[in-house]
Amino acid sequence: MRFLSNFVNGLGLGSVYAIIALGYTMVYGIAKMLNFAHGDVIMVGAYVAFFALTRFHVPLIPGILAAVICCTVLGVVIERLAYKPLRQASSLSVLITAIGVSYFLQNSAQLLWSASPKMFPSIISTGALEFGGLSISYLTLITIATCLVVMVCLTLFINKTKTGSAMRACSEDKGAATLMGINVNKIISITFAIGSGLAAIASVLLCANYPTVTPTLGSMPGIKAFTAAVFGGIGSIPGALLGGLLLGIIEILSKAYISTNLSDVIVFGVLIVILLVKPTGLLGKNIREKV
Amino acid sequence: MSEKKTPVLEVKELGIDFGGLTAVNDLDLAIYNEEIVGLIGPNGAGKTTVFNLLTKVYTPTRGSIFFDGKDTAGKTVVDINKAGIARTFQNIRLFDNLTVLDNVKTGYHNNIKYSPVSAVFRLPGYYAKEREIEGKSRELLEIMELGQYADVTAGNLPYGAQRRLEIARAMATEPKLLLLDEPAAGMNPQETEDLMRMIRFVRDHFKIAILLIEHDMQLVMGICERIYVLNYGMLLAQGLPAEIQANPEVIKAYLGD
Amino acid sequence: MKEKKSIFGILMDNRHRSRTISYTMVAVAYIVLEILLKTGNLSSLFTGLLVPATCYLVAAIGLNLNVGVSGELNLGQAGFMAVGAFSGVCVSGLLKASVPAIPRLILAIIVGMLLTAFVGFLIGIPVLKLQGDYLAIVTLAFGQIVMNLIMNLYVAFDSTGLKVAFVENNFELQPGGKYLINGPMGATGTERIANFTAGTILVVFALIVVYNLIYSRNGRAIMAARDNRIAAESIGINIAKTKMMAFVVSAALAGAAGALYGLNYSTMVASKFDYNTSILILVYVVLGGLGNINGTLISTVVLFLLPQLLRGLQDYRMLIYAVILIVIMLVTNNEFLRTKASAFRRKKKA
Repeated sequence: MRFLSNFVNGLGLGSVYAIIALGYTMVYGIAKMLNFAHGDVIMVGAYVAFFALTRFHVPLIPGILAAVICCTVLGVVIERLAYKPLRQASSLSVLITAIGVSYFLQNSAQLLWSASPKMFPSIISTGALEFGGLSISYLTLITIATCLVVMVCLTLFINKTKTGSAMRACSEDKGAATLMGINVNKIISITFAIGSGLAAIASVLLCANYPTVTPTLGSMPGIKAFTAAVFGGIGSIPGALLGGLLLGIIEILSKAYISTNLSDVIVFGVLIVILLVKPTGLLGKNIREKV
Repeated sequence: MSEKKTPVLEVKELGIDFGGLTAVNDLDLAIYNEEIVGLIGPNGAGKTTVFNLLTKVYTPTRGSIFFDGKDTAGKTVVDINKAGIARTFQNIRLFDNLTVLDNVKTGYHNNIKYSPVSAVFRLPGYYAKEREIEGKSRELLEIMELGQYADVTAGNLPYGAQRRLEIARAMATEPKLLLLDEPAAGMNPQETEDLMRMIRFVRDHFKIAILLIEHDMQLVMGICERIYVLNYGMLLAQGLPAEIQANPEVIKAYLGD
Repeated sequence: MKEKKSIFGILMDNRHRSRTISYTMVAVAYIVLEILLKTGNLSSLFTGLLVPATCYLVAAIGLNLNVGVSGELNLGQAGFMAVGAFSGVCVSGLLKASVPAIPRLILAIIVGMLLTAFVGFLIGIPVLKLQGDYLAIVTLAFGQIVMNLIMNLYVAFDSTGLKVAFVENNFELQPGGKYLINGPMGATGTERIANFTAGTILVVFALIVVYNLIYSRNGRAIMAARDNRIAAESIGINIAKTKMMAFVVSAALAGAAGALYGLNYSTMVASKFDYNTSILILVYVVLGGLGNINGTLISTVVLFLLPQLLRGLQDYRMLIYAVILIVIMLVTNNEFLRTKASAFRRKKKA
């Protein structure tokens, strides 16, 4: 029973990772870049939600919406100002720029809101669902449900809409997509917008579970979610879900049964093992160079 | 014609499938020492696949390859080069950021050796061996008429020179068999003429066998002593250039039905 | 028809120019700083930065071999520094009573370097099976693993000998016993035996190793494997072996740098060597120019000192640092400026 409740908690944490991982994986799939600043967009989302809820006493749903809107705009602005001019540059240059953006966001947050941690209000009733000795908090249930809703919506969007198929075309072959009359720059902007919007949702879920808001709050979940995206096969949306959930479960289970101090060792260890067995991640595509 | 002993390369019933698709099937080849042999055929006939099989980029599904009388089964790309097969690539593969001279020097990696320790601490072995590598590399550059480009970055070379540099680099591994994949592609008639002279010189000077894929019939008919014709992954014909030119099957394969 | 070159001609020819510039820069910097130090003209803040600067230089020179020359993105260099740092601290702590400071420092650096090289080799076996972004994320993972493992490591010695524990500190120390590594508290009470001269010598050592390796058979093989894997294999170069060589040498230099770093502070925690530090070193290397050692030297010093020099701007310094980073990337990758620059270079040559 204890195992089951740990497992469900793992699913809850994994759901948060999965939503963040979606942002990494979509941007990688289409812009072929590691957006190191994604974790810091989460942080900004957390602060926006925090101020909306505590200082301006906005109700929960509009508060979340405010975070989503701010992050979406932020994501698009970052893409336009920092990444777009580097479309033709080496991937390392883009990586360093992303690191610069990450530093920029963290230090701006520190200047604006100081480094001292802020307590995120408890937004979801603390009760728990009980049946047969198993107790699952509503928060965990809502987290998992949100993740599922996000996944379903995103899958429908990618597969059923015109913009979605344009996104798929861009991730396959940007040159051909351009020839087909797709505005690649617009698609990349949309991708950043969606990824950042998801980051805002993740930030609220993250803060509901771990209620301290600091300027570096996004770094570690960001790195973990990035790991999750690689885990599942970067560029693959179902891969991000699978990777995120697995990562969350492994983290919680190793904290519960092995050692709290070693949970990161185990999480990263499993990543390494998986990549050795499947070098492009669980659901990644194998590409072989033509001789 | 000189007496022919065992062939340097002997291919028996070679075949490879990709998924359900048979790319090469039932191929028999024999290349003798100091021969220049052509491998021709329409686009998509499987010529480059044959090179990839010979150099172990692909593992054959069927058949065997004997090099120097030894079965090459289980060998890697690196082993094959060490055994004495060197190649060039259809889509040029140079070390673009290295100089022309360094590209050739890299070819001597396994033939003129010294330890990394003697490199890092500049022991006497380093200097002696580096001098040897330098001398031999410059000699190859002269042969391929690239001497003037020695210090140019390989990526900045004109197209024809890049193809010649690939040959020089392959020759630096001191092979017994050289595989050339469309060496004259993109060259003008004058450059092709010069290239033919160089290929012949390389064969005569280093006494090696050469197997080449080429679409330029001026080159193929000009320097190849024997020709194999491949079509749909299978051997369509083989023989002397004059025989191939007169073969109605070959003409049909090239012109289509 | 070989013409004799003057010494100066040899020093400034194609193969030697960058080396000559590197050694000159290091020598001049050392002499100037030593004079300032000896005459008391260096602020205590600046004096305290000298040894760490040399450590980052050594780690960055090593990383450039891995990222620039070998072409494999490595986000775990700090993990290797951590191995060197904590093993160096242990060696120095154990030999404190029996060996004088200078030979102890040398010994600690050598042990740190060799142990890290070995760890690098073990990590390299799985890591180098991967390519590109996957390789990068796995080096990051290993860096975090190494850091976390050290945070759970307890090493102590007393009259009964050396004690090592993992995760749980389950030993009782005899009176007079001392912790060398105390789990998450890290190394405490380390005798500070590192100094600027040792750091400079280590930088020169790193330069010699990397330059001599680059201009050798092995260096050419490493660069060949970077430029075109398939062609490199076709001329008989064992990719795994050459990549491993660059990876291990890079790790070893980070280990040596770490040992020096560890012996420069009386207390040190493992979390200092997290992925942020790896990224910091990577930024030095990328901004200096991949494969360009002189670039690494300059950018490491400038970027390491920049936040300190901006100290007057207090809270804004890291923000400015971030902006500078982004602007440099945008400017150096600007197509218009690039064509202008190369046109200018061509003109100068002609």
